[in-house]
Amino acid sequence: MPKYITTIGLEVHAQLNTRSKMFCPCPVGYGADPNTQTCPTCLGLPGALPVLNLEAIEKTVLAGMMLGCSTPPISKWDRKNYFYPDMPKNYQTTQFDLPLCLDGGVPLYDLAYPKDAQKSIKNPGKVVKLTRIHLEEDVGKSTHSGIGTQLDFNRAGTPLMEIVSEPDIESAEEAFAYLISLRQILIYGGVSDADMEKGQLRCDVNISVRPEGQKELGAKIELKNLNSIAAVRRAIHHEVERQTEAVMRGEKLLQSTRRWDDDRGETQLMRSKEDAHDYRYFPCPDLLPIRTASIIERVHPRVPESPHAKRARFEQDYSVSAYDAGVLTSDKALAAWFEEAVAADAKVPAKKIANWVINELLGRLNEASSALENSLVKPTALNELVACVESGKISNTQAKEVFDEMFSSGETAVAIIKKKGFEQVSDTGALEAFCDQVISANPEKVAEFKAGNDKVLNWMTGQVMKASGGKANPKVLSELLRAKLA
Amino acid sequence: MSLATETIVSLRKRLLSKEITSADIVRDLAQAIEKKNPTIGAYLSVDTEAALKEAACADVSQPLGGIPIAIKDNINVLGQPCTCGSKMLAENYTSPYNAGSINRLREGGAIPMGRANMDEFAMGSSTENSALGVTRNPWDHERIPGGSSGGSAAAVGGDLAIAALGSDTGGSIRQPAAYCGCVGLKPTYGSVSRYGLVAFASSLDQIGPITKTVEDAALVLNHLCGKDQRDSTSLDISVPDFTASIGQEIKGLRIGLPKEYFIAGIHAGISAAVHQAVKQLESLGAIIEEISLPHTDVGIATYYILAPAEASANLSRFDGVRYGHRAENPVDVLDLYMKSRAEGFGPEVKRRILLGTYVLSSGYYDAYYIKAQRARTLIRQDFTEAFKKVDIILSPTSPVPPFKLGEHQDDPLAHYLADTFTIPPNLAGLPALSVPCGFVNEGGKDLPVGLQFVGKALDEATLLRVGHAYEQSTEWHLRKP
Repeated sequence: MPKYITTIGLEVHAQLNTRSKMFCPCPVGYGADPNTQTCPTCLGLPGALPVLNLEAIEKTVLAGMMLGCSTPPISKWDRKNYFYPDMPKNYQTTQFDLPLCLDGGVPLYDLAYPKDAQKSIKNPGKVVKLTRIHLEEDVGKSTHSGIGTQLDFNRAGTPLMEIVSEPDIESAEEAFAYLISLRQILIYGGVSDADMEKGQLRCDVNISVRPEGQKELGAKIELKNLNSIAAVRRAIHHEVERQTEAVMRGEKLLQSTRRWDDDRGETQLMRSKEDAHDYRYFPCPDLLPIRTASIIERVHPRVPESPHAKRARFEQDYSVSAYDAGVLTSDKALAAWFEEAVAADAKVPAKKIANWVINELLGRLNEASSALENSLVKPTALNELVACVESGKISNTQAKEVFDEMFSSGETAVAIIKKKGFEQVSDTGALEAFCDQVISANPEKVAEFKAGNDKVLNWMTGQVMKASGGKANPKVLSELLRAKLA
Repeated sequence: MSLATETIVSLRKRLLSKEITSADIVRDLAQAIEKKNPTIGAYLSVDTEAALKEAACADVSQPLGGIPIAIKDNINVLGQPCTCGSKMLAENYTSPYNAGSINRLREGGAIPMGRANMDEFAMGSSTENSALGVTRNPWDHERIPGGSSGGSAAAVGGDLAIAALGSDTGGSIRQPAAYCGCVGLKPTYGSVSRYGLVAFASSLDQIGPITKTVEDAALVLNHLCGKDQRDSTSLDISVPDFTASIGQEIKGLRIGLPKEYFIAGIHAGISAAVHQAVKQLESLGAIIEEISLPHTDVGIATYYILAPAEASANLSRFDGVRYGHRAENPVDVLDLYMKSRAEGFGPEVKRRILLGTYVLSSGYYDAYYIKAQRARTLIRQDFTEAFKKVDIILSPTSPVPPFKLGEHQDDPLAHYLADTFTIPPNLAGLPALSVPCGFVNEGGKDLPVGLQFVGKALDEATLLRVGHAYEQSTEWHLRKP
């Protein structure tokens, strides 16, 4: 049986979290009463004109910089013509041949893959190449009900980035990782809230299969109505299977657009190539082309460290595993929290703090369905706790108990240790007294030890521990006892 | 004598001396409109009450304080209709906002009064394409007033208005001004806000005044020009006082006559009037030179690709969904679009939407749209070259006098060709002024002839200076129909 190669490209639309819309001063928001966030421009009233939102342009250029894109010296605006009831002007103002960003790429990393696929990553460290990012306006929203179609234009004119990848993705899992990684970068850059449920991030998939050895790509089939990253994965799996089977049967696939039905787990034909729109792009005469040099200059210093750069730095500087670096940088605030904890006292090993953050703090937050910003445990306090364990002041088991209390009360580790009387006695002077006491009270055991019965030492250690009220540092104690008996 | 016959300058004097009030002007206009509009058809609607209210609180110390100005029905005035001469917007559309130009006029104290008829969506040069009524030339009621700002020009020429706003995409201010014996000025592209002007061809459209004298045009222009933050194509430049150039002599001014413009096809009477005007300008001290605008012959073809292309997108919003004409009982959304647009648009608008859609189509875009953009650059370069030699370019405004109503109804090309001299300044973004320069007699009636001056970009001052000097040395502007 011949093998089949899958080729996937993604078109992602991300709403920018600007204060106002792309071409008018109306606020960008979610959840307002229908048609309350509108004006003559975003309603497409006769005579109204667009004015560029500089914040949207800057955010797009910033996203481009984070993704390693270049920005052409001149960028321009075009009209894309098609009729749809939720599009007020029946043309969309977008960018055709001179977009704000070109090239670049989205780095995939292990943790970005679906959990069940992280063990079998085919192309570790892959970077999916981007074609371009352009800026355009969002459309309104149609709601179909028994009484007809209702239109809400609050969303119309919201700045929308379209991020187009090269046909560089080989599997549903890579597409999944691409979206996770891209979303993370957009959130890191503060350019989009990228919530798929709110429609702030939307994804269309272009997919084709061809027999191994065939050079030219198979027929490009576009998938629409993908409402979550998990749905993208499911839809690609289904579509690869459907297309492969069709090709195997000798069917000739034709360029078309298909709609994913997530409930039924299948795609349905929306339109074939013959019905494809002729968008009749032409330069928008209402907007002048922009020179990007000054924008690039202004945005450049504002570019934050990207998640992938941060992951690499964490591995290097904090000696954490790639996986742990992935977890710690999955959220910008978490990464900052961790770094603050490490910086509080540089003597405490970062790796240990990382373990506490990942295993204890995130675990507890998860159990409590709480967010990091609500955590009562502060970074400095965690450092103190780990310092106590490292210095042998308390045992690991005790430390977990202390952490529980810190998590629920917000008290410092030191205060809780004191309150619980957990402080380990490592002071050899105090311990010596206990040792001497136990040695003189048990001459027969001392004799047994000297005769070569090593196990007696454990018993005697237990006795000293008991005498110390359980506070003796076991490591210090056993060394001391051994020295005294020798 | 009705105040409706007067100019802004003369009314300003009488307002300032408190001899009359703004309300007197509004009332006299209302009376003139009542008497003449049923014949002339210059206005589609007039809200006299609203104008009187504004007149009552007019600040006559303002440069245009208390002066009513008629508005072409494609410029939005809050609370008033904005039909664009189309069935599409005639039934149920009231403008919810003010155009930038209206705000500017009001800042100068002017009162928008009346909605002037026009070719549907400004597409045409006779006002016969209005779906909402016939406008007649005040000099000969059997003839067209020109267009597309035919209502504005007929109102001013027929003394149904003191002054008016028009819009000019390929001659729509200058040609009707010429036909109705008025002054018409199309400013430099970008100097007047297009915000609130219902777009025909966005890269060509420009609002400007139609007045009875050049000085009045300068006065209105003072309160039209200026940067509007809501129009990205409006220029951020300081506005001079255009009346300052009024009355200055034109000795030594170099005036160019494009040899390509003075060719066969120009009406003999118009040719004679223009040559007489050239002599007059020479006698005022101007130096006349022959120049060449070698790409004149592609102007119309270029225009009739670019303007419809832009219009095809600009007019897509009229779909029956949110406002405007909506067809009854559509079977689905496509049917709603098709029926609403089929019923709402007239034949010329449909013709241009089809033309524009065609030239933007995949496979034709390069051959038409891109080529036309290149031709536009060549035409612009022609003017740049010419203006190295001369200060002003002179031509007839229109090669022919106004024709009879219905005469060319089935021949759109005849209409298109009449725009030969007015289109190039739009393609080049240049300011151009039409001033009355005589009459031709057709069928026993005297019909006005217009002289077109084209200036360098943003050099309206020189245009107004030469226009005023010429006008004041003649008496053409004083004749009334």
